[in-house]
Amino acid sequence: MEPILKTIFPFLAIGVGIGAAFGVVMMIVAYTVLAERKVLGWIQGRIGPNRVGPWGVLQPFADLFKFIFKEEIAPDKSTKFIFYLAPVVAVSCALMPMIVYPFGPEVAVNLDFLPYGLGAGITKIPLTIAKLDVGVLFVLAITSVGVYGIALAGWSSNSKYSLMGGLRSSAQMISYELAMGASIIGVVILAGSLDLTEIIHAQIRSPFKWYIIPQFVGFIIFLIAAFAETNRVPFDLPEAETELVAGFHTEYSALKFALFFMAEYINMFTVSVMAVTLFLGGWYIPGLDLLARTIGMQAWFGVGTIGYGLISVGGFLLKLFAFLFFYIWVRGTLPRFRFDQLMNFGWKFLLPVALSNVILTVIVVFFLNR
Amino acid sequence: MMVTVLFYLLAGLAIGCAISCVYHRNPLYSAVSLIGVFISLACIYLTLAAPFIAVSQILVYAGAIMVLVIFVIMLLNMDEEPRPDNLKYLIGVGGGLGALLIAQALYVFYAVNKAGSASVVTTAAGQTKSIGLAMYTKYLLPVEIVGVLLLMAIVGAMIMSRRFRAERDAAGENGE
Repeated sequence: MEPILKTIFPFLAIGVGIGAAFGVVMMIVAYTVLAERKVLGWIQGRIGPNRVGPWGVLQPFADLFKFIFKEEIAPDKSTKFIFYLAPVVAVSCALMPMIVYPFGPEVAVNLDFLPYGLGAGITKIPLTIAKLDVGVLFVLAITSVGVYGIALAGWSSNSKYSLMGGLRSSAQMISYELAMGASIIGVVILAGSLDLTEIIHAQIRSPFKWYIIPQFVGFIIFLIAAFAETNRVPFDLPEAETELVAGFHTEYSALKFALFFMAEYINMFTVSVMAVTLFLGGWYIPGLDLLARTIGMQAWFGVGTIGYGLISVGGFLLKLFAFLFFYIWVRGTLPRFRFDQLMNFGWKFLLPVALSNVILTVIVVFFLNR
Repeated sequence: MMVTVLFYLLAGLAIGCAISCVYHRNPLYSAVSLIGVFISLACIYLTLAAPFIAVSQILVYAGAIMVLVIFVIMLLNMDEEPRPDNLKYLIGVGGGLGALLIAQALYVFYAVNKAGSASVVTTAAGQTKSIGLAMYTKYLLPVEIVGVLLLMAIVGAMIMSRRFRAERDAAGENGE
């Protein structure tokens, strides 16, 4: 029993970590949908969903069960294999970046209570699943693969609306990916690392604490590009109802549609996590450690303790929710772009500004390091 | 042990996707199979402790180049390629090239086995920092040359698209 346990313990621990992160992400995503409907309701002077459970809190589950029990339809002339593959690609590419999200700081633990000395030698647990050397690039790469979900869905449905939606979406995502990548370069240069955790630590060491101050231009560009990357208003051309019925998912029904829906909201979550991590210091709350030291509670809330970890995770989630709220707010406020305006804006304004920001950052960092 | 199993799994996937890429007559199926090849190769790089190379493989090939290929296939709405009938003479050429490739692979296998584990380089080779340092110190000149080459390609593409637009405007089809 003991050798078997010792072999599978690391896998078990990673599995538990992935399970916990997956659960948290999926619950937040489910309730983002509800929050979106509620907040949109308030913005538009309605009540929003309020029938399923008190204040409609069970609405996401009602929606899920409805999606599961709807009839499964595939168009007669669709390319079946790719038609079924597309939503899977979309949702799995949306979920994969989850493994590098830095949810919180390292927490000191004592695992001596575990049998067979399984916890021996483990004194710190990072509140992130994988500390990848190239975390930023990993997120960018996986989200860029996510385009295939939409493009293939549009092509395989064999419908003109779907095809137009798929084409628009791929063109848009390719264009804005460049600006997004260029806006991140400034942060990477300042931090000197591609690792998300390392970037947060670099922010803590820097005099600004949050990179939104030295990289404000980059932050604005990232925000705009993030809206376009997730196909949200005002960049929701791929599913413009007035022109394209429902865009790339016109022909999708039941759980396949639910997967696309989920992928969109998980992508929203991902870009919000990236914005928080790169520009707002991630889980770091300025002054928390100082406060703990001043009131003499360092044993409970000092750096590395469980209390500090929990409060940091709370701060991370708070920043995240502020971003998600901003998304919904914008959706309730702005109208949609025209397609040629969108392309011109991306290529002729956003990308040059992002590149000049990179050059400026390089020059400043060069002279500061001399 | 784990890495070996993963390697055989991913290598099998890559070979399967490559065969399906060549075999399919529908261009979109081929393109999707090629993406499968790139992603399995990236996973193999990851198991070889080269995360930067793995991620750039996905970012550049799967994320950018293949998106354009699929974009073109979707725009042109290509149908299945008709089976070409007069290509018998290519069987010999293909077979010869295949034999050459297999011989090369076998030679690499033989050379690696002969050299033993001494040829294994340090694990830092795939890290971002070592790649960056190597690129901007030891291999600076090739990097600059590639950069100039790419810049030339970009300028060339822009000039060509401008010429087409000018011709179209001259023909009086100025409508968007």
